Amino acid sequence: MAESHPTPGKDPDASEVRRRVAELLAAYDPARVPREKFLRARFDAGLAWVHFPEGLGGLGAPRALQAVVDAELAAAGAPDNDPRRIGIGLGMAAPTILRYGTEEQKRRFLRPLWTGEEVWCQLFSEPGAGSDLAGLRTRAVREPDSGDWIVDGQKVWTSSAHLARWAILIARTDPDVPKHQGITYFLCDMTDPGVEVRPLRQITGEAEFNEVFLTGVRIPDAHRLGAIGDGWRVAQATLMNERVAIGGMALPREGGMIGPLAAAWRERPELRTPELHDRVLSAWVAAEVVRLSAERVRQQMAAGAPGPEGSGLKLAFARLNQHVSGLEVELMGEEGLRYGDWTMVRPESVDFYGRDAGYRYLRAKGNSIEGGTSEILRNIIAERVLGLPAEPRTDKDVAWKDLPR
Amino acid sequence: MNLLYSDVEDDLRTAVRDVLADRCPPEAVLGRIESELPYDTGLWKLLAAELGLAGLLVPEHLGGQGASAREAAVVLEELGSAVAPVPFLGSAVLATSALLGCDTADGTVAALLARLAAGEATAALAVPLSGAPGAPFPGSVTADSEGRLTGRVTSVADAFAADVLVVPAGGPQGPGLYEVAAADAAVERFSSLDLTRPLSDVTFEAAPARLLPAADPAAALDGALLTTAGLLASEQVGVAQWCLDETVGHLKQRHQFGRVVGGFQSLKHRLADLWLEVVSARAAARAAADALAAGDHLEAALAVHVAQATASSTAVHAAEEAIQLHGGIGMTWEHPAHLRLKRAKADELALGTPARHRAALSPLVDLPPA
Repeated sequence: MAESHPTPGKDPDASEVRRRVAELLAAYDPARVPREKFLRARFDAGLAWVHFPEGLGGLGAPRALQAVVDAELAAAGAPDNDPRRIGIGLGMAAPTILRYGTEEQKRRFLRPLWTGEEVWCQLFSEPGAGSDLAGLRTRAVREPDSGDWIVDGQKVWTSSAHLARWAILIARTDPDVPKHQGITYFLCDMTDPGVEVRPLRQITGEAEFNEVFLTGVRIPDAHRLGAIGDGWRVAQATLMNERVAIGGMALPREGGMIGPLAAAWRERPELRTPELHDRVLSAWVAAEVVRLSAERVRQQMAAGAPGPEGSGLKLAFARLNQHVSGLEVELMGEEGLRYGDWTMVRPESVDFYGRDAGYRYLRAKGNSIEGGTSEILRNIIAERVLGLPAEPRTDKDVAWKDLPR
Repeated sequence: MNLLYSDVEDDLRTAVRDVLADRCPPEAVLGRIESELPYDTGLWKLLAAELGLAGLLVPEHLGGQGASAREAAVVLEELGSAVAPVPFLGSAVLATSALLGCDTADGTVAALLARLAAGEATAALAVPLSGAPGAPFPGSVTADSEGRLTGRVTSVADAFAADVLVVPAGGPQGPGLYEVAAADAAVERFSSLDLTRPLSDVTFEAAPARLLPAADPAAALDGALLTTAGLLASEQVGVAQWCLDETVGHLKQRHQFGRVVGGFQSLKHRLADLWLEVVSARAAARAAADALAAGDHLEAALAVHVAQATASSTAVHAAEEAIQLHGGIGMTWEHPAHLRLKRAKADELALGTPARHRAALSPLVDLPPA
């Protein structure tokens, strides 16, 4: 494993970071330099993600200093990299490539990933492998002459696939060993002629996600991430980052799903009833407590003592969103019978809180499924936090090809 | 806002926990509750005077520890966990907070606070335990022109252990807080749902009393109720955490159908949900303690109402789950789970029900009634 560490012997502080920001702004005036050029220069100055190593967009500095950089650059009117559009790359592909990639892979992929010149997507879930992701059946077979990998299979629930230049992909490279051992992690070129992306229309009417069909897709061995057969371990780094990204966002009071409900209650006295009043207050309390719980986990992480509470954040987040958005539709009364627009569109980013109450209610149904179902998260809490026995397994020591399906 | 525990708070917790482990095991609590001595006065002396817990909230210049609601909250987590039969909540929190709302430059008030802080005397605030912040000033006791009190207050917590009663009463000059020697009142302990926090009905018949100087007695009373409601959330977290830990421990030991019972997924999921509830209640209780310590009244009120609307239900749910998941043994008198259920259910009514705290939140967060 080629793991990167911050440069030893150096620990840039806030003043050093400010000096570098000033240097960048002096050399590249954001008002004149094209956006792409500015973002590349920012990456090269180590101000993209300061906790990354030098030479890879960072300074090996504490993660907390990123807020200083972002504030200074925003104040100077500098363009950002539109993080909502490239969330999969920033939140999942980048930390995994940083941790498990070769030097060559890190240099090739991280810069255009961060600037947004190359959008990334994630080819993990399959129609037959959701919670049991390790049971996946997309095959990667090595071609003896070229050493390239030839991939065949189907992936699903892929956001940004229609925009993506690259994908992180896990595929089965050895069906003769137990399922966790026969998986390998790849970086897949989405422009390969064998990649077909079809929109997957969802419960809200639109298609935020895609199905991706892989037919004879060719991946050079240089685009394998980590060792052959080590893909499950590499994927854990990706998935951990995904859960933190979904449940751990910092929100102000009344940020998130409770905002529209509270606003509707204030602005629309005709909707109010005494019975709904207590339920709206209950929802407000629940939202505030989820916010405080997330804040407490962030304080624990900043203090260097991450408690097990983190695994509960996404579970709480899903339950709250579903409860509050359901109450909001109910509060709307007759208006709740209308739905804004069922037209099939393909949005460029995920939106949990947008549009109208009906949309929020339906979209929130995904919160307890995406990024680890609430049932799987309860297993994780019970086993890893409370120390209760693991689920009985019948598939651990059986070759993948011999599993019943 | 700091939602964590400081090193000093962790040390305080360890000290209290060590004393309770030594002096307050479950069988000792069970043995005491039906006796004529429901309080463990030896334990209370140790905690109050030697550990200085009675004076935690009292400033140093008045003879106390000069600590804040944050530290008192940690103590209540431990006392709640052990359902320790000591009058900390009634004396060191509720009565002491009311006195701190009076004119502490006055000699009478300062002397009483100093005695309480030193553990030389124990006090109770003569209000029903079910009284909530935001309620009108009570009118069941009145002071005559010579300052003697007549009237009755029901369901007073920790009055049975008190040497001194702090009594809200209507007087010739309006509402006031009066100091009455407990010996001058009729304190009748009755059989209470929560056996570890005895309640009494207190009757005054022309009882000699001293008016405690206060710029705004109603505000002093209300502030004491708000502080105590906020800190009660930490006691509830302590009760809930005990219930969760005991239940998880039990389910790891017990075998049925040839398996460890804690391995059944339906039980694992219930416990995971309960864990999440306790974690959430802890965040809310820490926020309330921190806001009370910081002293911004509006933020503190908001945080207290949120914490009470949350932790009350969490403690009850945790205790109910503990009883159910212990199976038959959870229904026995011998197993200490029932003491937590009784404490949790009584705490739900204490200092305002969850619904009442939600209603109190309504104007603070601009969510007006229908």
